[in-house]
Amino acid sequence: MATAAPRPRYPVAGLLSPIPSVLQPPADDPDTMVLNLGPNHPSTHGVLRLVATLNGETVVGLHNELGYVHTGIEKNMEQKSYWKAITYAPRADYNAFFCNELVYVMSVEKLLGLEVPRRGEWIRALFTELQRLHNHLIFLGTGSIDLGGIALLFYCFRERDHVLDLFELATGVRMHSRYAQVGGVAEDLPAAFERECRQFCRMMRGRLDEYQDLIGAQPIFRDRTKGIGVITPEFARQYGLTGPNARASGIEWDLRVHEPYGAYRELKINPVYRQNGDVYDRYLIRIDEMRQSVDIIEQILDGLPAGAWQADDRKVVLPPRHELHTSMESLIHHFKLVTEGFRVPAGEAYVCVEGPRGELGCNLVADGSARPWRVHFRSASLIMLQSVAALCKDVLIADLIAILASLDPNMGDCDR
Amino acid sequence: MSDATIETPVAPEAPSPRRADADALALEVGGDVREHVGEITVDLPAERIAEACELALRAGYDFLVDLAATDHLGFGGDGVGGYWSSPTGSGGTRDLNLRGSTGLAVVPQPLGPKRFSLSYQLLNRAAYPPRRLRLRTWLSDGEPAATIVAVFPAADYQEREAFDLMGISFDGHPNLQRIFLPEGWDGHPHRKDYPIGGEPVQFSEEV
Repeated sequence: MATAAPRPRYPVAGLLSPIPSVLQPPADDPDTMVLNLGPNHPSTHGVLRLVATLNGETVVGLHNELGYVHTGIEKNMEQKSYWKAITYAPRADYNAFFCNELVYVMSVEKLLGLEVPRRGEWIRALFTELQRLHNHLIFLGTGSIDLGGIALLFYCFRERDHVLDLFELATGVRMHSRYAQVGGVAEDLPAAFERECRQFCRMMRGRLDEYQDLIGAQPIFRDRTKGIGVITPEFARQYGLTGPNARASGIEWDLRVHEPYGAYRELKINPVYRQNGDVYDRYLIRIDEMRQSVDIIEQILDGLPAGAWQADDRKVVLPPRHELHTSMESLIHHFKLVTEGFRVPAGEAYVCVEGPRGELGCNLVADGSARPWRVHFRSASLIMLQSVAALCKDVLIADLIAILASLDPNMGDCDR
Repeated sequence: MSDATIETPVAPEAPSPRRADADALALEVGGDVREHVGEITVDLPAERIAEACELALRAGYDFLVDLAATDHLGFGGDGVGGYWSSPTGSGGTRDLNLRGSTGLAVVPQPLGPKRFSLSYQLLNRAAYPPRRLRLRTWLSDGEPAATIVAVFPAADYQEREAFDLMGISFDGHPNLQRIFLPEGWDGHPHRKDYPIGGEPVQFSEEV
C-alpha cells in the first residue's frame, strides 16, 4: 500500500490569481498556439471544452468552457410535484444516478421530518455502494483509455454490466432507476437479489486484484502518473475538492465516517486514504474504494434488517399496489398522491451524501406547496473543474489529459 | 393550596457549539440566527458577506461547500392542492375555504425580506462532530452581492453560476461571465419570471 513518495515532476500547484479557474497565457508571446480540446473529444468524458495555450508541448494557458449539456434539470424539477421530480434527479449525474435521486429525496424527507425505516436505509446504502462501484468502473475504464491502455476499458465495462444487472433485478431498469422514494425505496429487494449480489461481490474481489496488477504493476502507467498533478491538502481546501480527490491527498474526510447518515451510522467502515495526491494515487484510491464498497455491500447483505422498506405514512408514500383492489382508502390516497402530490412545509434544507466523486448535496427550498420551490445540487464536478487550470500550469499536454481524467468530472453533473 | 406551583429555577441550557459560533458571527456582522430542521442559518446584510466569510474562516469554517441562489418571486402563492404531511402518519389537514381547489391549510410566510437569496454552506471539518453553517443574504433585483472569491476560491464557478442562471451580479468577481449559457443569451432561466414551455410565440400579444 505505502509507496515511496515520488519526486513531483512539476512544481506543486498553487492558487491561481486573479482568477482561480483560469490560467492566463503570457501576453503576446509569438511562440504560443491555441489548441481547442473538445467539446467532442473522448478524453473530456462528455462535452467539456478546454482552451489550452501551448508553448511547444507545454501548457501555458488554460480555461474551461462549460454548459454543453446544460438542460435545466433544476428548473424542470420546480415544475413537477415532489413525487414526479425524482425522475429528473438521476439524469444529472448519469454515472451516479442513484446518489442523485437519493440526495434529493433525503432533502425532502428532512423538511417533512419523515423517518425512513431501517431496512429502507440499509437498502439505500447498498445501492449507494453499488453506484460507487459503477462509477469507479467507468472511471477506471475510460481513464485508462486516456493513457493508452485499451484492455481495462473492456474489463471494467464487463463488470459494470453486472452492476447494472443488479440494478435491473431490483428496480426493473438498468439506469435512472428512480428507486429511491420519499420515505424509503420503491420496492423491496427481490428474492434472488442476495444470491446474485454475493456472487457479484466474490467475483469483483478477484477482478479488483487484476485491475490493480494491470495499473499498479505497469511501468508505463506508473511513469505517466506518478508525481503528476499533485494536489496538496491546502489546495484541495481552497478549490473545494472532496471525495476521492481529497482523500488521495491524505485529507481524512469521508461523509460516511465523519458525518454518517442513514445506515452508515450502524455500518462499520474502514476509510481509505492515500498520501501523495498525484494522479497515480487518485487512480489507486478508487480501486481501494471499490474494495471498500464490496466489503460494505457484503456487510449490508449480512445484516440487512427485516421489516418495512418504506415509511408508513400514507399522506406521502404510495400505498402497496395490491391494496388498491381492496381498500377504498388506499385508492383515494393513491389518487391524491399521483394527481396532486403531497405538500412539504416551507423552509430551506441542505442534505449531503458521499457520492462517488465527492460531496453531493441538495439545497432544497420549499414554499409549502406540492412542488419544490427551488432545487439546487451541489455538483462536485463543477467545483473540481475549477482546479484543472491550476493543476495543469506548465505541464505537458499529454499530462493534462491524465490530470483531467484522474479528477473524474462528469459533465452531466457539472452542467445539469 | 400548597406549594405545587413553585418552580425550581432551571439553569438555561448552554447553546450548542454550532449555535454559539453562529451567534458570535451574527453579533459581529449584524445578522440574525435561525434554526430550522436542525440547520443553523445566519441571515446577514449582503454587503457584509465577504467579511462574514472571512470571520467564519478564522473561526474554523474553512471549507465552502455550496452556494445556492434562489428566486422567491411569488413565494407561497402557488395554490397547488395536496395534503399536508405529518410525521406520525395521521392528522393531515385540509381547509377547503382557502385558496386553490383543495385549499392551502397554511399560507406560508416568506422566508426573507427580498426577492433573491444566496445561501453559502460552510463547513468546519476540524471540529468534532463537524459543524455546518449556512450564511444567507437577501438581495433585490439588480442589487449586487460582494464576491467571496478572495476568501474561498471555490466560489469562482459557483458565483458565475448564480450570475448566469439567476442574474445576480457579484461586485469584485475577477471573471463574471456566463458559465453555462452562451454569451448574449436573453434572461436568466432560473428566475421565476423566466418563461417556460418553449419559445415565445410571435404576434400573440394582445393589441
